[in-house]
Amino acid sequence: MRCAVIVFPGSNCDRDLADAIAKVTGRAPAMIWHRETELPANLDFIGVPGGFSYGDYLRSGAMAARSPVMQAVVKAAGEGRAVLGICNGFQVLTEAGLLPGALMRNAGLNFVCRDVRLSVANSQSIFTSLYATGEEIRIPVAHHDGNYTADAATLDRLEGEGRVAFRYAEAVNGSARDIAGILNDEGNVLGMMPHPERLIEAEQGGTDGRRMFEAAMMALA
Amino acid sequence: MSITPDIVAAHGFTPEEYDRVLAAMGREPNLLELGIFSVMWSEHCSYKSSRLHLAKLPPKAPWVIQGPGENAGVIDIGDGDAAIFKMESHNHPSYIEPYQGAATGVGGILRDVFTMGARPVANMNALRFGEIDAPKMRHLVKGVVAGIGGYGNCVGVPTVGGETIFHKSYNGNIIVNAMTVGLARADKIFYSAAAGVGNPVVYVGSKTGRDGIHGATMASAEFDENSEEKRPTVQVGDPFTEKLLIEACLELMASDAIVAIQDMGAAGLTSSSVEMASKGGVGIRLDLDKVPCREAGMTPYEMMLSESQERMLMVLKPGREAFAEAIFRKWQLDFAVIGEVVHGGDLTMTFHGHEVGRIPLEPLADAAPKYDRPHVPTPKREPLADVPASASIAADLKTLMASVDLCSRRWIWEQYDHMVGADTLQRPGGDAAVVRVHGTRKALAIATDCTPRYCYADPHEGGRQAVAETWRNIIAVGGKPLAITNCLNFASPQNPVIMGQLVGCIEGMAEACRALDYPVVSGNVSLYNESKATGGGNAILPTPAIGGVGLLADYAKQMDLAFKAAGEAIWLIGGDGTHLGQSLWLRECHGREEGPPPPVNLVAERAHGEAVAGLIAAGTVTAVHDLSDGGLVVALAEMALASGLGAVVDGRLDAATAFGEDQGRYLVTAPAGVDIPGATRIGTVGGDALVLNGETVALAELKRLHEDALPAMIRG
Repeated sequence: MRCAVIVFPGSNCDRDLADAIAKVTGRAPAMIWHRETELPANLDFIGVPGGFSYGDYLRSGAMAARSPVMQAVVKAAGEGRAVLGICNGFQVLTEAGLLPGALMRNAGLNFVCRDVRLSVANSQSIFTSLYATGEEIRIPVAHHDGNYTADAATLDRLEGEGRVAFRYAEAVNGSARDIAGILNDEGNVLGMMPHPERLIEAEQGGTDGRRMFEAAMMALA
Repeated sequence: MSITPDIVAAHGFTPEEYDRVLAAMGREPNLLELGIFSVMWSEHCSYKSSRLHLAKLPPKAPWVIQGPGENAGVIDIGDGDAAIFKMESHNHPSYIEPYQGAATGVGGILRDVFTMGARPVANMNALRFGEIDAPKMRHLVKGVVAGIGGYGNCVGVPTVGGETIFHKSYNGNIIVNAMTVGLARADKIFYSAAAGVGNPVVYVGSKTGRDGIHGATMASAEFDENSEEKRPTVQVGDPFTEKLLIEACLELMASDAIVAIQDMGAAGLTSSSVEMASKGGVGIRLDLDKVPCREAGMTPYEMMLSESQERMLMVLKPGREAFAEAIFRKWQLDFAVIGEVVHGGDLTMTFHGHEVGRIPLEPLADAAPKYDRPHVPTPKREPLADVPASASIAADLKTLMASVDLCSRRWIWEQYDHMVGADTLQRPGGDAAVVRVHGTRKALAIATDCTPRYCYADPHEGGRQAVAETWRNIIAVGGKPLAITNCLNFASPQNPVIMGQLVGCIEGMAEACRALDYPVVSGNVSLYNESKATGGGNAILPTPAIGGVGLLADYAKQMDLAFKAAGEAIWLIGGDGTHLGQSLWLRECHGREEGPPPPVNLVAERAHGEAVAGLIAAGTVTAVHDLSDGGLVVALAEMALASGLGAVVDGRLDAATAFGEDQGRYLVTAPAGVDIPGATRIGTVGGDALVLNGETVALAELKRLHEDALPAMIRG
């Protein structure tokens, strides 16, 4: 599987995501600087990492979404390449128009970092096929702006089309309909606030994140 | 403009100190030069009241690569790896402006560590707040926690642990100490001594603004009724720029272009250029027209004294300017050659083509005041005369677990990203944080500790205890304790009683460090922590915060405090509790802060710790927790809450055995049938409650009390 991880100024989970990919696939991803206008040829998987791109100044993900590399990512997504946005990466994907809705300040107003229980709502995607629908998994969150919102019609459509990938199984940030992660209509773009790349090995406290990368590798390799 | 006595006083000089300035200069200084002397001779930068006594701390061990005197301490952790760490205070700014004060405290200590070539891998902190109902205290708690999180989370360095205590002595002067630990290759450590006449002096990072001017001087005076007027001296942090600065510096450090590097911390461009030149025995000429400024019209005085954040000063090898500049431009940071290394021993500054200041560096350092301030030892406390009994160990446990200093700190550490980096193996809430050395089987164990009520009752014993507790915490997770950093927070050294506390704590620390082979490799002193604003010379409790670092050679052998399985036996190592003086039980259940603190027997401390380390290495024990605040029963409760498994205690407990805070003790568990020589079997793991003297405390209730207390305090 040929992978790339996008690096914006202020990305800080880029190395963690690259490590997770390397550990699961056996091959380190290409690290792509935000000023690049083209991606390497024949990519299978593009990771948009967590962090505070451009300091989250203006609005989380807003400036990163307008950086040169994101035009290439949008194009690649349109060609059917797999794109995974985690945390700030999810915010970037919504700002870039690859996913609907927006991530607002947490309902509790504080930054929140802890393991949360997630319910797998769609186990049919290239990212989630190794989970069972309805299965409860444990993945950490670490965010200040994770409160997912969209208009009622969009939320209805996401649910009706099976595009909600994960829901929170506990109160975390006030997200509409407990949405923790969503897919685009083609199913090749996933954005999620929790950090699967942080639970790859048992010594990190669990391995529930690992299956996401294994599923992608099975589908794409 | 000539220097009047008013100007001298406004710069924090005594008349005697000004005479020393005149002697050092050989003439009357101009205002710029006076300002530079003022910050360099401030307590914060010169350690003039503490230097004499800091020399008593042992700085050496075979594994110490760099002791005190550089930006941070460096220890060898094997295989060519080095751990670099330091702790620093940001108390005064945090009381005035809690979010920015705490945030820039984190930013400053991060720079001290990555300046030396390390990638920061963990942040810790030691916080002291006043009573929650004291004026503006909720604002301070929320602001400090948000500020620490806001900076660390954005920079992407996990805040993996710390400690927080509330006490009325901090009502008018809170304590915010931040610690950073970084990793580097032992043969790629960067130092601050400038060298090479003609080499370019380069400024990188953020632009210089008018913020934080005289911050170091402010941090060297007690608060008065007008402390709010000092808000403009608090710096404003930009963690995004810091993140870029870390990446740019580490990228440049991978080359051989750097001769010396120093962050601009307290006293900014002044202290960085003075220290680099002094350490290198060379002069530096600065062309202040070249300093990147945030606004037009800044004077040399403002540029030299600004404490704008996220800036570094470097000396580069000749001809490497373009190479270095390209890296900093890539990261969208300012880069400017602002001077050069010169012959002679002067710091000279030119502006608009004229020399505007010239300071002889050797006299600046040599003439710096160093005081042997009068100090009186704290009288020893009499043993407790009348020790009350506990009517119900179970009821007292519930009181303690919901008390201000023992309730869960979850509300705090959930606001910190404690996992970014994906190397956090033990998260906040245990005895020590454990952070993997990336890409290896090794891990660092990190703990911060200090028990100010012990230090107040007996500074010498309290100093020993603070060091020993970090050592014990590192042992408890399976680490080998290697070295400490420290931050000595005290009130005014001009009060002989306070000075006696400082001397006592340092001497106690030194004894413990020597006995435990646990040297001091870096540190910081924060004095004048008292406030007239809260009613007249209200001194904080002496607070020598200790940050300990240890090594796990193989993290597969790490240990934690959670019970593992029903039926396992619980063993006490170190003997029954006897000592209730200064215990939290006496304070929380009887309202008395009395008696001497528990003594630390350093020989027993070391023996018990080595025994526990042996049990962990042999795989004999399944859980380990040290006994500290609250004694045996609180430790049991913490082990139970971490696991969801209860315990039955066999024998009859009284107040002293249940809640005594005798030192050098651990609880361990082992499978049934395994004998732990020298330990006392006290009970068995199992059930969903603690059974104490036949009384039952349901874990569900205990958990609710323990977890709800702090959020309820903050809500008010």
